[in-house]
Amino acid sequence: METLSWDKKDGLSKESMLSMYRRMVEIRFFEERLYDLFRPRGGRVALPGTMHQCNGQEAVAVGACEALAPDDYITSTHRGHGHCIARGVPLRAMMAELFARRTGICHGMGGSMHMADASRGVLGTFSIVGAGIPIAVGAGLSSKFRKSGQVTACFFGDGAANTGAFHEGLNLAAIWDLPVIFVCENNLYAVSTHINTAMRAATIAERSAAYGIPAYTLDGNDVFAVYREVSKAVVRARKGEGPTFLECLTYRHLGHARFDPATYRPKQEKEAWLQRDPILRFEQWAEQQGMLAAGELETVREQTHREIEDAVAYAESSPPADENDPFTYLSYCCSGK
Amino acid sequence: MEIERKLMIAEALREALEEEMERDERVILIGEDVGRFGGGFQVTHGLLDKFGPQRVIDTPISETGFVGAAVGAAMTGLRPVVDVMYSDFLTCCMEPIAIEAAKIGFMSGGQFSVPMVIRSATGASHHGATHGQSLEAWFMHVPGLKVVAPSTSYDAKGLLKSAIRDDHPVMFFEHKQLYGSRPVGGKNPISLLDELPGVVVHVPEGEYLVPLGKAAVRAEGRDVTVVSYTLMAHRAMQAAESLAAEGISVEVIDLRTLVPLDIETILKSVEKTGRLVVVSEDCLTGSVASEISACVAEKAFDVLRAPILRVCGADTPLPFAPATQGRIIPNQHSIAAAIRSLLNRGGQA
Repeated sequence: METLSWDKKDGLSKESMLSMYRRMVEIRFFEERLYDLFRPRGGRVALPGTMHQCNGQEAVAVGACEALAPDDYITSTHRGHGHCIARGVPLRAMMAELFARRTGICHGMGGSMHMADASRGVLGTFSIVGAGIPIAVGAGLSSKFRKSGQVTACFFGDGAANTGAFHEGLNLAAIWDLPVIFVCENNLYAVSTHINTAMRAATIAERSAAYGIPAYTLDGNDVFAVYREVSKAVVRARKGEGPTFLECLTYRHLGHARFDPATYRPKQEKEAWLQRDPILRFEQWAEQQGMLAAGELETVREQTHREIEDAVAYAESSPPADENDPFTYLSYCCSGK
Repeated sequence: MEIERKLMIAEALREALEEEMERDERVILIGEDVGRFGGGFQVTHGLLDKFGPQRVIDTPISETGFVGAAVGAAMTGLRPVVDVMYSDFLTCCMEPIAIEAAKIGFMSGGQFSVPMVIRSATGASHHGATHGQSLEAWFMHVPGLKVVAPSTSYDAKGLLKSAIRDDHPVMFFEHKQLYGSRPVGGKNPISLLDELPGVVVHVPEGEYLVPLGKAAVRAEGRDVTVVSYTLMAHRAMQAAESLAAEGISVEVIDLRTLVPLDIETILKSVEKTGRLVVVSEDCLTGSVASEISACVAEKAFDVLRAPILRVCGADTPLPFAPATQGRIIPNQHSIAAAIRSLLNRGGQA
C-alpha cells in the first residue's frame, strides 16, 4: 500500500491531522450507515430517493476543505455528502434531510442531491452535472468585487469536464482572474461511461491549460497531497493571482447510485483501487510515522459510530416535512403568486 | 409644474439602471456588449464610463457561464442585472435560469435568495426565426420566476427599478421594436413608434417605482375586455380606437407583469363587459394568452357572454421577410376582427 506524502513543512498540527482523519471517518461511516438504511427490508426501502455514495473519495473532500477558511465558499455535486461533512455541516441535519424531516438542513425540501448550508458557505450540491461550476465562478466574482478575500472551492467530477458549463466557467474564471479553486474528482467513470470513451485528452488537467489556468494532477487519495495543493491554490487566489485547477485521481468504491452494482467496472481495477483506500493509507501512515497512536484513531472511530447513531436517532424522531411545507418555501424563491 | 420629458424606452431603462446603480453599489451589469458597445439595443450606453468595468462587465459569448455566474454572485451578496441580448438566446442558458435561479431558494429551504434580473429583448423582428421569438410563456411556466414586460417608457423605468429591488429572480422582457434606441452609426428608423403614440410617454425626473404584479387599464370600455402586453397592448389600443368609430366600446388592459398575474384587474373588467380577448405575440399553442384564458374561464364562467378568444402568433417559425409575416404576427386588424366576431355572435345583449 502506497504511503502518504506527509511533509512536516505543510505545518499541520497533530490536532489538525487527527481532525482530518475524523472527518474522513465521519464521511465513510455516514455513507456506510446510509447505504444500510437503503437496504430493502420486507420489500420496502426506508428512505425516499437514492444516495450517490462517495466511499473512497474522502481524502479529496477533507484535504481540500481543511485548506479553506470558515467564510470561504464551496460548490458540490450530487455526490456531495462528503464535501458537506468535510465542511462541518452537522451530521444530524444531514441525516434528517435524508429522512425528509423538517429538521433537515434544507427542511426536507432539497434531499440528498440538493444539500446546502449557507452558514458554512456550502452554496449547494448541484445535481445538474456541471451546474455548480458557473455558480462557483459567480461566487468568485462576488468575492473579488467585495474585496472580501474569500475563495471558492468548486468540486466536480470527470463527467462534468465534458459539459459546456465546465468550459464556459473555466474560461470566465481565467479571463476575470477569479479566486476559484477547481477541484476535479476524476474517478474514471461518469455513471457507466469510462473516461477513455469520453475524451481524447490524456488528462483533464491539460484541458485547463487551454484556458490559461495552472493545473496539477495529483493522488486524490492522499489527504496530505490534496491539502498541500489546495493550500497553495488558496494562497494564489487570495493574493489575486486567479484560479487553479486540481485534477485529483480517485475512485468510488461502490456504484454510481445506491442500487448500481457497477458491473461495468473490471474487478481487478476495483481491487487495485481498494488497495489505495485513503483511510487505510492514513491509518498505515499513522502507524509508520508514530505521530498518532492507534488508540487515538480507534477512539475517533468509536466516537464517530456513536455520532452517526445519534444522527439516525435524531432523524427518526424528528417531525416529517408534510404536504403543506413546500408552499412555505415557495415564498423563498418568489414572494407569492 | 413639471416640464414634460418624453423618453424612449431605451433611455428610460438606462435611467433606471443608472439610478439603481447609484443607489446600491451591489448592482452590477453583466452581458455581451453591455459595456464598451453600450448594449445590443443601446440601453446601457455610457454606463461603463460612469461606473467602470467592475460594475459593467462585458462577457464572452458564454450564456450558460455568465448567467450561472450571475446566480452565484446573487447568492453571495451582489445584485446582478444580466443582459441576454435576444430572448432567443435564453434557450442557450435555460439551466441556470429555470433550474438554479428559480429553485435555489426553495431547495435550500430558504437559506439563499437569488436577487437577479435577466433583461432580454423579445418579439418579432425582420431578422428571421432565431432572432424574433416571444418566449415569455416558457418562463411563466417555471415556479420561482417573476416575468415582467413593460409597454411604455414610464412603466419600463419604474418596473425595472422594482425588479432590481426585488429579492428574487425576475425575467424582464423588453420588446425589441419599442426601444427607440439611439442610433449606432447611421440613422435608425423609428417608424413603428410614430404610429404608436402610447409608447414614448412622460417620465418624471424624480424617484418613482411601478410595482410588479399590477396591470394598467389603458382604456375604459363596456363591450369587451382586451388583455395584452408590450407591443400587442399598443396594437389593442389601435384596434380599440378604430372600433370606437363603429360604436364598439373596448376596455384595454396592459398587464405589465405576467407573473405574478393581476387576475383581479382582469376579472373586474370581465365582470363588467362579459367578453374577453387575450392577445399575445407568441405562438398560439401554450401561449401566454392560453394561460390567461384558462384562468379567467375557471373564475368568470358565469359572467361570460361569449367564449374567450385568443389572438396570438401563428404556430410557425418566423419567416424572414416582412411581407411574409402578415398571417403570423397579430396586428390591430386581427384583434379588431376577433372583437367583432365576439359581438356578432347573435342573441347576446
